Amino acid sequence: MNWAVVVPLLVFLVIIFCIGFYASNHLKTTSNFLQEYFLGSRQLGGFILAMTMIATYGSASSFIGGPGVAYTMGLGWVLLSMTQLATGYFVLSVLGKKFAIMARKIKAVTLIDFLKERYQNKWVVILSALSIILFLFSAMAAQWVGGARLIESLTGLSYTAALFIFAVSVLVYVIIGGFRAVAITDTVQGVVMFFGTLIILIGTIIAGGGIGPIMSDLAAENPNLISPYGADQSLTPLYVSSFWILVGVGVVGLPQVAVRAMSYKSSKGMHRALLIGTVVVGFIMLGMHLTGVFARSVLPGIEVGDTVMPRIAMEVLPAWLAGIVLAAPMAAIMSTVDSLLLLVSSAVVKDVYLNYVKPEADDRTIKKISIGVTTVIGLLVFAMAVNPPELLIWLNLFSFGGLEAAFIWPVIMGLYWKKGNAGGAMASIITGVGSYVVFHSFMPNAFGMHTVVMPVLLSFAAYVLVSLITMKHHAKVQDEVITKLWSA
Amino acid sequence: MKEKKPFEDDPRYRVADREALIGVGLVILNFLMWFGSAYGLGSKPVSEYNYIFGLPDWFFYSCVVTTVVIILLVILAVKYFYKEVPLDEEDES
Repeated sequence: MNWAVVVPLLVFLVIIFCIGFYASNHLKTTSNFLQEYFLGSRQLGGFILAMTMIATYGSASSFIGGPGVAYTMGLGWVLLSMTQLATGYFVLSVLGKKFAIMARKIKAVTLIDFLKERYQNKWVVILSALSIILFLFSAMAAQWVGGARLIESLTGLSYTAALFIFAVSVLVYVIIGGFRAVAITDTVQGVVMFFGTLIILIGTIIAGGGIGPIMSDLAAENPNLISPYGADQSLTPLYVSSFWILVGVGVVGLPQVAVRAMSYKSSKGMHRALLIGTVVVGFIMLGMHLTGVFARSVLPGIEVGDTVMPRIAMEVLPAWLAGIVLAAPMAAIMSTVDSLLLLVSSAVVKDVYLNYVKPEADDRTIKKISIGVTTVIGLLVFAMAVNPPELLIWLNLFSFGGLEAAFIWPVIMGLYWKKGNAGGAMASIITGVGSYVVFHSFMPNAFGMHTVVMPVLLSFAAYVLVSLITMKHHAKVQDEVITKLWSA
Repeated sequence: MKEKKPFEDDPRYRVADREALIGVGLVILNFLMWFGSAYGLGSKPVSEYNYIFGLPDWFFYSCVVTTVVIILLVILAVKYFYKEVPLDEEDES
């Protein structure tokens, strides 16, 4: 075992644990368990809000998968990844204050709480809860597999042992600390991600003898590596642009991101988060993917994309520094997983159990159930990740785009279009998820764009059309909803 | 809206709506700068590329300059256009 690499990782895990215990103190004294456990009592300040958004959004793919593809494809892939800059300011501007204000009016704790009050329809709630549980559960399991593989490759432990370490670390602080623990650990993880990016980028540039020589090196190997079209010229402008939908503006529809837009304390915090978020996300995405490209000149001939980051870190940095840098992907995976775990748990506890099974449950019961459900889900994911079933792998393939197609319009139009109603929301969710599965299976990357584009357009059409057609049918409920949500 | 309005919209929403539009505007601008410089400068043969700080010019403008400009615009927007409003119900009165 390479102790110089492992020690920084261990230190990192210890810090994370301490935060979990700190946050659990808030849980003991809170007067409203649900609000505290699933939303941190809406107390997030600007810095933590920015970091938890970025850390939740940035996952294994930003630190392992993405740079690996950039290594193979060249600068064109960095261009593509920069579509993510928008997530830094777009989500908070668009959901922003309106979502935060409405959520407070109705005391919403989850995204589905909002949908429930906005559409007053049982089926909208059940469909949304189902999509969240199904898609995010599989997304989470996939990230666990990634986290365990990373520990496995860094420490030489067996896959199961690595998975166990990873699972215990995440489960403990999420279960005992809830949302506050998740947000604060996300912040630490975000900081690790930021400095990890900075160190590895500088290290790689120095190892390659400067940016100029690296570029001429790449151009000599294959000029397309430094063109916007990718090494094999497969990156068309239309395809690359379609990522503005998938990882740029569409992120608004991701429940794990949207829920954060109602967790902050004040407008001031939100403003600060806008700034910090944009800077940090821009820097991390540019830095990590650029490192992937530069790595090709330093360490040519790596076959497996996912090994590029670990290998370049070990190659260009002293071992202890490599340990710190490799804590970054670890941090990225953990910070995604912890939020998903809590979100799936909130969907089960708040959206299903409290809505339809036992609405009259008291605070003590809720506490027991919340902690119990979170634990059970965590253990289930662990069991799945030991030997991931086919279905799970298949679901994970479109969990990101599928959720975006399902939720983007019910959320955005629900906030900004008074005529949007339950019929439209339901049609939109069904069309979004359904057409995503169909396009993914039978017509991937339809018309040269990423698969997500068509389902997002279709679900928009469904939302508007059905809302207009069923306007009379929903008129009475709609009046009440608008009065409740829009009046001062 | 053609139907009659029995009440005035929460005045804070006007602020929120405006900020959402600014967000949309920023994304459109971000996209245009990104797309324009990447494919405007990057479509010629690689041998004819110019380099800035060692990076091909299309990349320098579309990924580095665009990012910096957007960050600056976000700073300006937040400073001059985004308004602080109370979020909690009790803060209103």
